[in-house]
Amino acid sequence: METYFSLKPLAAVLVSLLATVLIVIPRQRPNVRESWTIIAAVAKFAIVLSMLPSVLQGNYPAITLFTISPGISLALKVDYLGIIFGLSASLLWVLTSFFSIGYVRGVPEHKQTRYFASFAICLSATMGIAFAANLLTLVIFYEILTIATYPLVLHKETPEAIFGGRKYLVYLLTGGVFLLFALALTYQLAGTVDFRPGGILSAQVGKNSVIMLFILFVMSFGVKSAIMPLHSWLPTAMVAPTPVSALLHAVAVVKAGVFGFARAIGFVIGPAMLHESGASGFLAGLTAATILVASLIALRQDNLKMRLAYSTVGHLSYIVLGMTLLSPSAWIGGLLHIVNHATTKITLFFCAGAIYVKTHCENVSELNGIGRQMPITMGAFALASLGLAGVPPINGFISKWYLVQGTLDVGQVVFAVTLLLSGLLNAGYLFSVVVRAFFARSDKFTKLDEASPLLVIPLVLTAIFSLLLGLFPSQFPHLYQLASQVASSVISGGRP
Amino acid sequence: MSSLSILTLAPLLLFAFISTLVGIWRLKWAYITAVIGIALSLVAAGTGLFRVLSEGILRHYLGGWPPPFGIEYVLDHLSAFMAIIILFIGLIAVIYPPQAGLYQTPRKGVPMYGLLMLLFAGLVGVVVTGDLFNLFVFLEIYSLASYALITLGGDRAVVASFRYLILGTIAGGFYLLGVGFIYFSTGTLNMADAAQLLPPLYGSPTIMAAVALIVIGMGIKMALFPLHVWLPDAHSYASPVIAAVLAAIQIEVAAYVVVRMLLTVFQPQYFIEVLPVTTVIGWVAAGGIIFGSVMAIAQKDFKRMLAYSTVAQVAYIGLGIGLANPLGLIGGLLHILNHAFMKSCLFLIAGGIRYQTGLHAIPQFAGLGRKMPLMMAAFTVAALSMVGIPPTCGFFSKWYLILGSIDANNWVFVAVILASSLLTAVYFFRLIEKIYAIPSSGEAAVEQATEPSARILVPILILAIGVIVLGLINAVIVTQILKPVVALL
Repeated sequence: METYFSLKPLAAVLVSLLATVLIVIPRQRPNVRESWTIIAAVAKFAIVLSMLPSVLQGNYPAITLFTISPGISLALKVDYLGIIFGLSASLLWVLTSFFSIGYVRGVPEHKQTRYFASFAICLSATMGIAFAANLLTLVIFYEILTIATYPLVLHKETPEAIFGGRKYLVYLLTGGVFLLFALALTYQLAGTVDFRPGGILSAQVGKNSVIMLFILFVMSFGVKSAIMPLHSWLPTAMVAPTPVSALLHAVAVVKAGVFGFARAIGFVIGPAMLHESGASGFLAGLTAATILVASLIALRQDNLKMRLAYSTVGHLSYIVLGMTLLSPSAWIGGLLHIVNHATTKITLFFCAGAIYVKTHCENVSELNGIGRQMPITMGAFALASLGLAGVPPINGFISKWYLVQGTLDVGQVVFAVTLLLSGLLNAGYLFSVVVRAFFARSDKFTKLDEASPLLVIPLVLTAIFSLLLGLFPSQFPHLYQLASQVASSVISGGRP
Repeated sequence: MSSLSILTLAPLLLFAFISTLVGIWRLKWAYITAVIGIALSLVAAGTGLFRVLSEGILRHYLGGWPPPFGIEYVLDHLSAFMAIIILFIGLIAVIYPPQAGLYQTPRKGVPMYGLLMLLFAGLVGVVVTGDLFNLFVFLEIYSLASYALITLGGDRAVVASFRYLILGTIAGGFYLLGVGFIYFSTGTLNMADAAQLLPPLYGSPTIMAAVALIVIGMGIKMALFPLHVWLPDAHSYASPVIAAVLAAIQIEVAAYVVVRMLLTVFQPQYFIEVLPVTTVIGWVAAGGIIFGSVMAIAQKDFKRMLAYSTVAQVAYIGLGIGLANPLGLIGGLLHILNHAFMKSCLFLIAGGIRYQTGLHAIPQFAGLGRKMPLMMAAFTVAALSMVGIPPTCGFFSKWYLILGSIDANNWVFVAVILASSLLTAVYFFRLIEKIYAIPSSGEAAVEQATEPSARILVPILILAIGVIVLGLINAVIVTQILKPVVALL
């Protein structure tokens, strides 16, 4: 793999940070303020997209900024793994920005300037995590993301929101201190914190140290990835406005945790060392349990956002499970699911948001017959539900296919059964909403009355993406190719 | 041979008198001369640091008498580092308007600026002197100035100051006794000379007693738990700008003395292996970190919370000394710099809030975020740094301390540092939540609050921006200045 100097990774990080300033200055004129959000989002996506061709050729744009601690630089490098995360987060930010405008004006929400400014910082941090070339850089952006999300969680400033914010901080900051410990231990064990496919620990590192390091990573990244029993901040954080739940608690923040696992397992500890230590089985068991338990809890939730939140908890564990299985197929499946779960789950959250703005309904039991009033919204909801349940030809099927294949590759039939069972449970808790919406009678929702185009167009687009990624997984943006490159480089450990 | 070390000190002493004298005539001129004096010293210290970096240690023999007969002033990496911190924070403190920093403009004739200058002179004197007894003299100069300055905070401050005076004098006495023992054993007071003569005497009980006395004395001065009892009252009743100076630079100078003993006067092995000095300091500091953090959570008064936070934060420095390995000591020394910026920023903000609204209790702060966005943004930055969120400087102190703890295989210290981050988060996020998210109770003080004037705001913002900049450039400071300091370990 070759790298070349490029300012683009830095620009991708900084563009929304700059936008934060521009958002705060014209706070009295909402249209000017929001146009900065849109401009920054589009610019960020364009920058990330423009790096794709060279990354696909194995030529990584990279920039080393300055030394941040003796021997460690603040450095960005866009590799196969980074661009998967960067591309999906930046694309979905564009759509979320439009959706946000429709949402906060439709509800209407207070303190919108703080809302949009925090959002922009979150996306800067997300890009920093995606493109971090070493663990210290990743940790810096990871913590910034934790803090920048906090104002969005307590945005409503109701006692409930403040409690949600507190819980969020307790969980995430605790994860953060374990991450600092993991970082320091990595540095002591390896003498470097630069990511390298296949890991950076030398063979001399003892088994116990590897296990300890791995457990520290589980305790830190496991919080953002909402692995049970570290998950309970996520349902509580659903008190945030829906676009926040959509982008941050289905795509950016939680995927940052999952992405951290990909870096920790594939690029720090390394599959070989992890396999030798035997510690990965413990995380695989934890994630499998999370998948089932979260799905069962989701079945019992009447609040639509809570149901989606528990669904997210389950699906994040799909991805982590894929990484702990240490087989190429499982890795491909996990990485594809980062994107596939993102497009489908954000569609569902957008639908929940559109329903809330239009009807102020939050509970599944109130949605009888809503398909008559909002057919487009509920149509997108149905399509995304199929995707999450793993029905072809929606994209969720493809990631699940590879995940199941990965479990069989390593002879772990029990995990294959877990995944299939979870598919049924997914169908149970999502299709019940669709069935209510289209087939139940109601005299409340009788005439066609969709939410504003600012809300509907983004959710239609994300639904279409889900379909397209399912039909053409190896077409542009070549996700399959990216994922399989990551998987082969990680599993072969840089060895050809 | 260079006179920069004495030039760092001389303007302070000189202008302390000038400032006091002109202050009798015109208060404004006292202010102007104080600023000039500190600025001159700062320039000398800055030049000194550059000379040290390029040429090595700078020595000055007072009156041309070579040591061990005369008094020597030394500017090396550590003392230049300390002097610049002291003088920079000192300059900010003097610029900060007294009506906010002292609750009121001092009356004509009250030698406030002169006392501050004497305080800074004492602090700088301690760090540039190469003489054990001369160090005691400067120790007393800054202590006496501190006692007087604390009393400016009002009636309760007078009592607190008196308590501090008693303990501070005991501490000074301990130090003097220790130095006396060293003098009787070696016949010298010069640090470099003593370092030559001491090794054969390392087995002597007299020297061991001297070390114990000096370390305990300095433990009181730096408020190292459980010798901190004087600090919470003194720092919370002192007016904000005085509290800022005391918390940010004054108590740290005592930590400097311990480091100087560890590295220069004695060989580090003596403190690490022969006597368990660093081990004791480390464990005591670990206790102090937890104690200070827990006590800070229990406080309702903002300044009192900051005072207990100081007990915890100075213990970080103690922990770094206690680790006595290069990375740990780097963490401790870097924390002197980082804590100086964070804590002075927070105390000046306390002064700003009190001046604008009259409020000082945390529960009353609800809703201030909307009223003073810039000052509260500065508060947030400083608070995040205290918690240790990157890229603020507070993160990097913890980073080096944790690396040092892992190096020392001391997992308890790792746990203490991590736990204290969370405890610190509890008491600072409680405030952040209060300021930004809890709706104000409609109190007139909050409703009518406005952003303070630029004279109050600018020093606060400089410190807050410094908190971020120091985090980003910490590698330069560590490799250029601190690595040579810890090279002896």
